Amino acid sequence: MKAYAFIGALASAGLTAGVAGAATLDDVKASGVLKCGVNTGLVGFASPNANGEWEGFDIAFCRAVAAAVLGDGSAVEFVPTTGKTRFTALASGEIDVLSRNTTWTFTRDVDLGFSFAGVNYYDGQGFIVRKDLGVSSATELDGATICVQTGTTTELNLADYFRNNNISYEPVPVETNSEAQPLYLDGACDAYTTDASGLAATRATFEDADAHMLLPEIISKEPLGPLTRQGDDQWADIVRWTLNALIAAEELGVTSANLEQMAGGSNNPEINRLLGTDGDLGAMLGLDADWAKRAIAVSGNYGEIFAANIGEGTPIALARGLNAQWTQGGLIYAPPFR
Amino acid sequence: MSAISEEAVPSFRLSMLVYDTRYRSLTFQFIALAVLIAFMAFMGMNLVRNLAAAGLNISYNFLGDTAGYDINQTLIDYTNQSTHQRAAIVGILNTLLVAFLGCVTATVLGVFAGILRLSGNWLVAKLMAAYVEAFRNVPVLIWILIIGTVVTTLPAPSAYRGETPDSEMLFGVIALTNRGIYIPAPVWGPGSMIVVAAFILSILGAIMYRRYATKLLYDTGKLLPMGWPTLVILIVPSLLVFFIMGRPIGLDYPALQGFNFQGGIQVQRPLIALWLALSIYTGAFIAENVRAGILAVSKGQTEAASALGLRPNRTMSLVVLPQALRVIIPPLISQYLNITKNSSLAIAVGYADITATLGGITLNQTGRAIEAVLLLMLFYLVISLAISAVMNVYNKSVALKER
Repeated sequence: MKAYAFIGALASAGLTAGVAGAATLDDVKASGVLKCGVNTGLVGFASPNANGEWEGFDIAFCRAVAAAVLGDGSAVEFVPTTGKTRFTALASGEIDVLSRNTTWTFTRDVDLGFSFAGVNYYDGQGFIVRKDLGVSSATELDGATICVQTGTTTELNLADYFRNNNISYEPVPVETNSEAQPLYLDGACDAYTTDASGLAATRATFEDADAHMLLPEIISKEPLGPLTRQGDDQWADIVRWTLNALIAAEELGVTSANLEQMAGGSNNPEINRLLGTDGDLGAMLGLDADWAKRAIAVSGNYGEIFAANIGEGTPIALARGLNAQWTQGGLIYAPPFR
Repeated sequence: MSAISEEAVPSFRLSMLVYDTRYRSLTFQFIALAVLIAFMAFMGMNLVRNLAAAGLNISYNFLGDTAGYDINQTLIDYTNQSTHQRAAIVGILNTLLVAFLGCVTATVLGVFAGILRLSGNWLVAKLMAAYVEAFRNVPVLIWILIIGTVVTTLPAPSAYRGETPDSEMLFGVIALTNRGIYIPAPVWGPGSMIVVAAFILSILGAIMYRRYATKLLYDTGKLLPMGWPTLVILIVPSLLVFFIMGRPIGLDYPALQGFNFQGGIQVQRPLIALWLALSIYTGAFIAENVRAGILAVSKGQTEAASALGLRPNRTMSLVVLPQALRVIIPPLISQYLNITKNSSLAIAVGYADITATLGGITLNQTGRAIEAVLLLMLFYLVISLAISAVMNVYNKSVALKER
């Protein structure tokens, strides 16, 4: 890991100057493939399926960007990254966009030099415990041993939360979600903490999922979203507005089912501007007029992607909650397309 | 005359740098050095320039910032409000601890396995051969992961709970769990220092007795028993003082309280896993060094010792091993360095060594990759050179003294 980080840092130092000058869009178009940094394996968000194809909530976003830019939702090279390697991978140019349930924080945005494209999942940190542990609140976890992914914001939130509540705990640092699972299941930790969505996804993979429960406390705000390198505003705009296009499509009622019909022209001028039948929003981004249509065509609008990967119909069974459209009382909100 | 004197004065021409064999090698070494320096300077300049272009700078100010994260094993006081520097020191101490423990056990294990592999007993020799080959030929990271997994299969603390627990404590005082091993801790009551002082004096006494016995042997040839008197000198006075002082040293037994065992000394799972893996893995290499060292001692030495009537174990400890040490120690130094450097794989089992704290969490939370990695390199360099220096001094002391 040390060598990896160092090479990454050197590469980042060596390449940043070059990358900042050249447009990522041109690089992606030239190589014909979008390099997308994703989780090493978190069911529902990013994991390879039985056929070895990546699928999940974060994966769908990568495919949407690839479709918008390259016209092919399968022209994506998925680069699995850990909590520790993801930022060096992005800074060094190893990946073009990082779509890996990454929390938007001040230091990551400002100090590390990344641009967050927005929030595609409003999350918060929670705890999972065995039901037979007899714990019903995180405040009862005094003296517990807790597994936590190292190099993440959850590690810091955990320390803050226990300090605030004047209780103690013993951290067990792990590198990835898949390392945490056996430790938690074997009882080497009493509780496992990470983003509540990740816990739900992890719990869904347990054989005895019903024997485990998520504690009610959400101890932090974790706005998750895709991010790009700072300094390439055009590329950041493309990623940001691809996300907005997926969100706006849900709000406007554009789905993968009625996409062709809508693209034929509709009475709603915003739909027309979004799908490129009116105006030249695509050209302003440096793409063609159909960019958003292609992005939506891959796996549908935001709501469809949510429902297919992590929604209540899936084993992960996450309710929309905060992630409902603003019109439905949620926080998901796309700026206007005009 | 003048012509001869002119020839006698060697006149230096530039072409001699290449064509004159006296200067040629120097010339090429100089050129190679210049190129190397230029290359390093270019890389350094490149790094600084690109960092500046990316709006980054090399700064170690982050070391004074609040770390904000917790560490599971801290040998010194540390909370999440301590600085990154403190976290790095905690990591350094953890690295040194596992390296030290690893070196000791690997040496013991290696010496035993090395000697036993040469044993006349077919089964023992083959068993040791299997151990050495299995461990030397599988990467250490795999062993760390395997042993980490094995340790995790120990019962969880909850298995000790209830009226009829699934697991029982070893001898009623030691708890083996997948979070670590809990052993009783000494409690130092008033007057316990006197017992400790008595024990230290006993150690000195034992050393003096052994010296006296050796001297007597060399002077008069009279052989005093070594083993049991040493034990008696070590144990009896301390025990006497212990009881005279009214048993001032008690034991704090681990007991299940809340989620975990409390009290006693906890040796955490990550330390156990890493320590075991490093010792067993490196022990296999040391075994080969020991075997090579022993085989390097001429067979005539063993035969001569036997001819003088020495029993095999005395032959080994008095004749063969002292000579073998001269061959064993130089490669042993590099094995010690390997243990120290391999301990940087600690994060695989969640052990908070320097690579995990400074090079892992701190690096990640502050984004100061280059600074943190440079510090790491400096630390490993210093610690490796220090081990090497100490071992070289020891090597000199056992090396063949040529008079």
